[in-house]
Amino acid sequence: MLAALIILPLIGAVVTWLIPSDRLRPIALSVFAFGHLGVTLRLLIATPPPSTDGWFNLDALGKIVLLSTSVLFFFCAIYSIGYLAYRLERSNRVLCIGLLICLSAASMVTITHHLGLLWVALETTTISMTPLIYFNRNARSIEATWKYLLICSVGVALALIGLYFLAYATIVAGVEASLLLDDLIRDAGKLSSGWVHAAFVFLLVGFGSKMGLAPLHTWKPDAYGESPGLVGAMLAGGLVNLAFLSLLRVYQLCLATREIAFFQNALVVMGLFSMIMAAIFMARQADFKRMLAYSSVEHVGIMAVALGLGGKAVFGALFHILANGLTKGVLFLSSGNIHRSYNSKSTDHVRGALRRLPWSGGIFLAGFIAITGSPPFAPFISEFTVVSSAFIDGRYMVGALFLISLGIIFIGMALTVLPMVMGEVPEDSEVTSYRDTLWTVGPPLGLLLLVFLLGVWIPAPLLTILRDGAALLEVHP
Amino acid sequence: MIALADQLLVLVLLINFVVLGTSRLIFSIRAVAVQGVILGILPALIHPFSWHLVGIISMILATKGAVIPLLLYRAMRSAGIKREVEPFLGYVPTLLLGAVFTALSFGFAGKLPMLAEHQNYMFVPASIATLMTGFLILTTRRKAISQVLGYLVLENGIFIFGLLLAEAMPIMVEAGALLDLLVGTFVMGIVINHISREFSSLDTSRLTSLKEE
Repeated sequence: MLAALIILPLIGAVVTWLIPSDRLRPIALSVFAFGHLGVTLRLLIATPPPSTDGWFNLDALGKIVLLSTSVLFFFCAIYSIGYLAYRLERSNRVLCIGLLICLSAASMVTITHHLGLLWVALETTTISMTPLIYFNRNARSIEATWKYLLICSVGVALALIGLYFLAYATIVAGVEASLLLDDLIRDAGKLSSGWVHAAFVFLLVGFGSKMGLAPLHTWKPDAYGESPGLVGAMLAGGLVNLAFLSLLRVYQLCLATREIAFFQNALVVMGLFSMIMAAIFMARQADFKRMLAYSSVEHVGIMAVALGLGGKAVFGALFHILANGLTKGVLFLSSGNIHRSYNSKSTDHVRGALRRLPWSGGIFLAGFIAITGSPPFAPFISEFTVVSSAFIDGRYMVGALFLISLGIIFIGMALTVLPMVMGEVPEDSEVTSYRDTLWTVGPPLGLLLLVFLLGVWIPAPLLTILRDGAALLEVHP
Repeated sequence: MIALADQLLVLVLLINFVVLGTSRLIFSIRAVAVQGVILGILPALIHPFSWHLVGIISMILATKGAVIPLLLYRAMRSAGIKREVEPFLGYVPTLLLGAVFTALSFGFAGKLPMLAEHQNYMFVPASIATLMTGFLILTTRRKAISQVLGYLVLENGIFIFGLLLAEAMPIMVEAGALLDLLVGTFVMGIVINHISREFSSLDTSRLTSLKEE
């Protein structure tokens, strides 16, 4: 069953490659996305035992990320049927193939416990998304593509040297040379602290740049801003979580060494710095897709802070994987509709979206309320967990900075979002052929309902998975 | 044989300085190609013969020695540029920084425990020095081609370290990692060709339309 997660999207990639019609291809994409979601849900209910060589093991952490990626991908695929019908001016073959290859590699990241294989799969996701950012084929998108490719590739390459250091540490320590997570955790106490320390620094920088933690976030606004809405949704809600899962693996390893305090502090500092940077750049942002990118920087910051705080906050970090991933889907898909309708993503032109597009505008507004952490949506639960556990643990400075950043971000984002959706449509606004239809409104609406549902009620099986995941990340004194 | 490999590493380090110190792009491209070829030979000197090894070596030689340099050369020709003009940091300062980084790498490697059989060789310092050189090129040069060259040098540094890990890295994973890095460079080469078509130049400092005011 685990193999199906990898193979099914690859078959899909071949099928979409063979289909000649730009209209049929998104339908095939949705069929394979549905299949992948089915396999995912089946695996969550009946999880296979770890493979005997220890390479594949779908543990609770992997399950959370797999679930969020698969659900988001499914909705994005459905959305592509409606969205790509408006983009028939160019072939969507590369887009569909790239998405499916990325889904396959993403599934690999979630099920493997071999850090080398995890690295290979993570780099594959980076490369497979590159041509998708360049979908619009203009000067701005090539610039975004170049920044994304260069910064992410260099970052992930630095993570590879970190892994090499770890492997060498096992050789020096005379234990069985291996990059299997379970072996490394078992032998962690014997590893030379010099190598391990150097390895953690490189891994943090490497996975941090892929995740977009400040100060390594500079590619994000460009890549998210220039790519089509559904690619942005996959980048902000999918790839970010994969990088976070890689950091969680490193964190698991840190727990077994004496480096954990150092790693936690580094996470808190980088996380808070990301939130502050996001707060600064979010203010007066005239491009609403770039605003969403800074919101993504903010939310990876939240996850990093939560992980760095440890204790109860870890539950918040894990829940935020789902909450942030799905809410980003709502925002990027509905903002894609608004962008299509106004043919602009500048707030100078986009006004009165609620009048012009009652559905997309309304969903975008609700998504904004959700992502800024207002009840009754899911991000509220995770952010509340993090703040309360910061204060309970006596980390008042961290908690205060966290709350202040959230407040500033709320105001900054509102200053961009409210004029966009409220008011009158400008007289000279360009008239385009885009109209809200079931295919383009349904997917973000479905995601919004999920975000709302998770905010009021977490199903018992999911709660078990989240608790198991948090247990894997507990500090053992 | 490992002693010969160690001597070849001196050559690798020298090439780092060549790339840091030259403004002629064609010369840099050739230097990095030679560095790639040297690195392609190294595994043959260190590891015992096997067919996987032959496969990996021929893959490295073909891509690093021929395909990628050719791709970069074509991009350079089509954009009609010959030199890296006005790097963000001059050649002399970067050369000096390169020297400092190389010295630091030797210091760093000296502090870390190593296996007895690697103790007298310079795989670890050479690897870190090459990595740092790549990083330096990436951050100080303006032209997209130079940045790809920087990435290639960085990747070469990682590759040198990988030579020490034959037992820890299963062949599949090692080949996968290598392939990913190469595909990454290959995609960069393609993107470069698109940049030159779009801007009719390869100056990444012209990529400023997305700058935050």
